[in-house]
Amino acid sequence: MPTSTTDTATIQKVVFDSLETFGAEPTEIKLDATFESLDIDSLDLVELAQIVEDDYGVQLKGEDMENVKTVRQAVDLVMSKLG
Amino acid sequence: MTRSVVITGVGAVTPLGVGARTLHERWTAGVSGIEDGYGRASEFEPKEHLSVKEVRRSDRFTQLALAAAQEALEDAGWDGEKPYDPERTASVIGTGIGGIGTLEREHIVLQQEGAERISPLSIPLLMANAASGVIAMKHDLRGQSFGTVSACAAGAHAIGMAERLIRYGDADVVVTGGSEAAITQQSYAGFCSMKALSTRNDSPETASRPFDLDRDGFVMGEGAGVLVIEELEYARRRGAKILAEIAGYGMSSDAYHISSPSEDGDGPIRVMRATLADAGVAPKDVSYINAHGTSTPAGDRIESLAIKTVFGEHAKKIPVSSTKSAMGHLLGAAGGVETAVCILAVGRDIVPPTINLNKPDPDCDLDFVPNKARPVEVRWALNNSFGFGGTNASILVGKYKD
Repeated sequence: MPTSTTDTATIQKVVFDSLETFGAEPTEIKLDATFESLDIDSLDLVELAQIVEDDYGVQLKGEDMENVKTVRQAVDLVMSKLG
Repeated sequence: MTRSVVITGVGAVTPLGVGARTLHERWTAGVSGIEDGYGRASEFEPKEHLSVKEVRRSDRFTQLALAAAQEALEDAGWDGEKPYDPERTASVIGTGIGGIGTLEREHIVLQQEGAERISPLSIPLLMANAASGVIAMKHDLRGQSFGTVSACAAGAHAIGMAERLIRYGDADVVVTGGSEAAITQQSYAGFCSMKALSTRNDSPETASRPFDLDRDGFVMGEGAGVLVIEELEYARRRGAKILAEIAGYGMSSDAYHISSPSEDGDGPIRVMRATLADAGVAPKDVSYINAHGTSTPAGDRIESLAIKTVFGEHAKKIPVSSTKSAMGHLLGAAGGVETAVCILAVGRDIVPPTINLNKPDPDCDLDFVPNKARPVEVRWALNNSFGFGGTNASILVGKYKD
């Protein structure tokens, strides 16, 4: 559940773990990797949003996700919503 | 000039194991793949055949089809290198129901967690053409891609329509067959409610007993059977190993009842006649029939009647057996798997038995190869597939002779 102590490292781990579940090559998952290079598409990002919403109560809208191209941008987006 | 169609690769994942040749060997040995009342493809472990992403992005029916297609393509000698123009290569896979397992899981999510929690993959996984689409993507097949949907005849319709694509000149090669993964609560309950399934619960491994007097319904199975079929001249030019030829294809509709066969066997009679006519093969030259033979009281009786009507005096001389005795009813996959079996019978000159056939039914008075495989020279082999909705399809395969 959302707490004030949820930090970037925690969110980063959730995002990394999700990407690995989606089939991205684990060694390629880095903050600056693009989703395109990880073969992660818009359907995966919808699922990522659902996972984050379930675990942290963050509401991510479709338009928020549209501009997310890298792993770092996804983590930053979630953090900004948490803040 | 007529374009001829030959088979250069076979693949199957079934309750008898992974691999078309494993299937033929185990069935020929009289082994049953039915456990606890189901014909599950229990030796199939998706991760052994597919990437993490492929597993996550496919329903089980697509996973089974992908594995069978991989085997068929390797069998046809496509080791990464594509011998054909991708735009002349098609993917046609039949299924009775498609991704019903996905549908059921997502419906629970809908009810318990709400519409916003439905997976964005739910539709792409459950749609009935998912298998053909995913095979096309994986192997870069850019010609026609579609599924055929005709219940338990879907696999045979797929192969037949694929053969027509080549004969008509629309494609030079097609990856084609059937796939089904419908052993789920919903479909099991649905078939139970129709009283279509065997209730021989005290002896599940002998519950599927086509043509036996004590048969009382079918056993649900799952799996996939996929072929690589090619235009003859192209196959010869690339030096492909030719396993058999597809000589004929027929289709018919009972136009009678949504789930019961008509007593006069009209649809099955016409589909077999159409197939033989398409091939230009006389009834007396057919050496083996892989019956639809689901183990339902009416279906087996009427198929026997239809075979007697079409083949006349020759009917009792033809070995007829039912794959479903050993692995249950693979529904939309049945036509794919059973055509694969016919191809192997043609190649090996041995016909597998109808197992669990201990008490002959006077109404089913043909040579059903009871319980023991038999060496027979198989020149032409006929596969019958009949489906709910009164739909019928048959495929005739034969030895390829230069």
